Amino acid sequence: MATTQRSFPQSVWDFFCSLKLTIFLLISLALTSIIGTVLPQGSLPPEYVAQISPAKLQIYSKLGFFDMYHSWWFITLLYVFSLNLICCSIKRLPHVFKFISEPMLVLGESQRSSFALKQEITFTGAVAAGRDALQEFLAKELAAAVVTEHNGEYHLFAQKNPWCRLGVYVVHLSILVIFVGAIVGSLFGYKGFVSIVEGSGISTVETRTGQHLPLGFEVRCEKFNVDFYPTGAPKEFRSTLTILENGQPVPGYKDVKVIVNDPLSYKGITFYQSSYGQASEGSQHFLTATPRSGGAPQRLAIREGEAVVLKDGSTLKLLEAAQEVQQFIPGMSGAAARVELTVKGKAPQVFIVFKNYPDVNAQRGDDLVLGYEGTNARMYTGLQVAKDPGVWVVWLGCSLMVLGLYIAFFLSHKRVWIVVTKGHARMYGNSSKNQAAFSMQFEELANKLKNLKI
Amino acid sequence: MTSSMLFNVTTLAYMASMVLFFAFLASRNKALGLGGSLLAYAGLAVQTVAIGLRWKESYDMGVGHAPLSNLYESVVFFSWTIILIYMYIDLKFKYRIVGAFVVPFALLGMAWAQLGLNSGIEPLVPALQSNWLLYHVITCFLGYAAFAVACGVSIMYLIKAQHEENNASGASAGGLMSMFPPTRVLDDLNYRAIMIGFPLLTLGIITGAAWANYAWGTYWSWDPKETWSLIVWFVYAAFLHARFTRGWVGKRAAWLSIIGFAATIFCYLGVNLFLSGLHSYGNSKM
Repeated sequence: MATTQRSFPQSVWDFFCSLKLTIFLLISLALTSIIGTVLPQGSLPPEYVAQISPAKLQIYSKLGFFDMYHSWWFITLLYVFSLNLICCSIKRLPHVFKFISEPMLVLGESQRSSFALKQEITFTGAVAAGRDALQEFLAKELAAAVVTEHNGEYHLFAQKNPWCRLGVYVVHLSILVIFVGAIVGSLFGYKGFVSIVEGSGISTVETRTGQHLPLGFEVRCEKFNVDFYPTGAPKEFRSTLTILENGQPVPGYKDVKVIVNDPLSYKGITFYQSSYGQASEGSQHFLTATPRSGGAPQRLAIREGEAVVLKDGSTLKLLEAAQEVQQFIPGMSGAAARVELTVKGKAPQVFIVFKNYPDVNAQRGDDLVLGYEGTNARMYTGLQVAKDPGVWVVWLGCSLMVLGLYIAFFLSHKRVWIVVTKGHARMYGNSSKNQAAFSMQFEELANKLKNLKI
Repeated sequence: MTSSMLFNVTTLAYMASMVLFFAFLASRNKALGLGGSLLAYAGLAVQTVAIGLRWKESYDMGVGHAPLSNLYESVVFFSWTIILIYMYIDLKFKYRIVGAFVVPFALLGMAWAQLGLNSGIEPLVPALQSNWLLYHVITCFLGYAAFAVACGVSIMYLIKAQHEENNASGASAGGLMSMFPPTRVLDDLNYRAIMIGFPLLTLGIITGAAWANYAWGTYWSWDPKETWSLIVWFVYAAFLHARFTRGWVGKRAAWLSIIGFAATIFCYLGVNLFLSGLHSYGNSKM
């Protein structure tokens, strides 16, 4: 029945099954993805808003360019991509299954001529004896053969790895599994952030969407430390955390060390070391001012940005303090304060006072020797918080993808037929991939066949 | 003997290898081609020792880590993987001339690293202190290298196809073009190189996602580097599907392979130079 007019549902189906659509979608996804790497995503930095024209800003926002990977059109592309995957698989899988479950056991005359790999031998024995010997030969060299009698000829068929033709569908399935994992994660999980001051705890988390969710337990930060390399580069950011339920530390979750690349998980919620800082509110820094001529040091407690008038009338202002200077001044370590000292009647001087190097502090040739003794400020640790029940589905999908790619690219379906007639046996072979390697294997098989005693 | 000296020897070996390959192209003297290959392998051997030595040197300095942590080290490693994949293709398929189009990529990398990049061994910042660094970098760069080989082969394909079109009537006149494998073979080599690269890139993306999930709690955050690796993945996925579609084989497939490698290079270097994100070599966030 030759109809040139296809029905509408048929055309829709063909459209979603087509490989051209696949290529179009892959290229479209590649091209559109570039937008989000060039334009800022999420909350826009004010500098960016200031430099772009309002009209452009409005058009870009309307098109969803500032959150493009969640925009309706990008999500639509991904849905069509999934649909294309599913339709292609539905259309082709039955053929592949049939190909695997109902192999071509008998080679017709016309098919025989199409093989690039063939080998013919002659033998003097009876046909049945030849058939049995060759059946044994295939079983030994390749795989157990199926024997079919057809028009007085015996057709022996043996194959290896027929199921590897499914590899590509495993890859397709894996993409859908990853999508499912991502959807599960976005529906039932959240990402958030907490900052915890040393010695205190939190029991709610602010998610990226701005909600405050209860954790169901308390996380307390016992201590936060930073270590540095001698070069001043950071070596380790370390929070010591304790999980508490009903005010009591949970056994095994007391004083847990959390560093970057080594998070803490409890009840499906994971805490990742992410940032840190000094909780500056209300904290004081302790400095000393000792007259070079001798005498008792004057002790001072100052907040950052604050200034005090000293006994001799000079003004001391604390500009900033750091609890570890290694990253700014390689070779020095420990706490330091940057101060501005204005001796009466002179210009203000700005310099650094170290906690660990009183000699350095004394070298400054002035009437006053300053010292820094530290602070009562506490550190806070910033932790990313994630709950993602879909992540295992994503890893399952990733494993399937690697497995599928391996099968699809590195295994091939090898088929060998031997047609046995009186005095003659002709062997044919082909493989679904890597013909070059298979032709060598076939040659070896042919050599063994030639030396076969029948 | 220092690793830095050995890297200089490596660079010279690749340069000599390239010169021999070009002489091979011009003269069609097989001995020159063999010399080109052998020099490339010798360079690879020296470079392997040099990378091992640099690894050891970092331990001697007390900041021991695999030499895969900054731009210099990654460019050196990239050159190494390109020659490694070239060696595989050369030994397996025996088309020596491919070296003339692949070794220059490795030489370019080594020359840039030795002349233009800071080669100091630096301690690892906290973000990079993970075994995932090794898995992630090795898989990604082996993938990139396979794409580099595919790109070299595609360039050969386009030159050869152009030549055949121009001389469609007469029999091919020998000369330079007779050195090139037939277009059918080049097309096949291109496909094979991508068949090696695509699973490796996939593994590289997956190990990257696993690491990101372990370090930050998000396996995918549409960071420019992640997005560009996905763009590269899309381009090669399109290439693999194009082979089964009429009208996309041959020249278009070769162009897709070249575009794919351009996207790869942008993913590797362009993202760091022009865009901001999590992969700014050596000064990542924590």
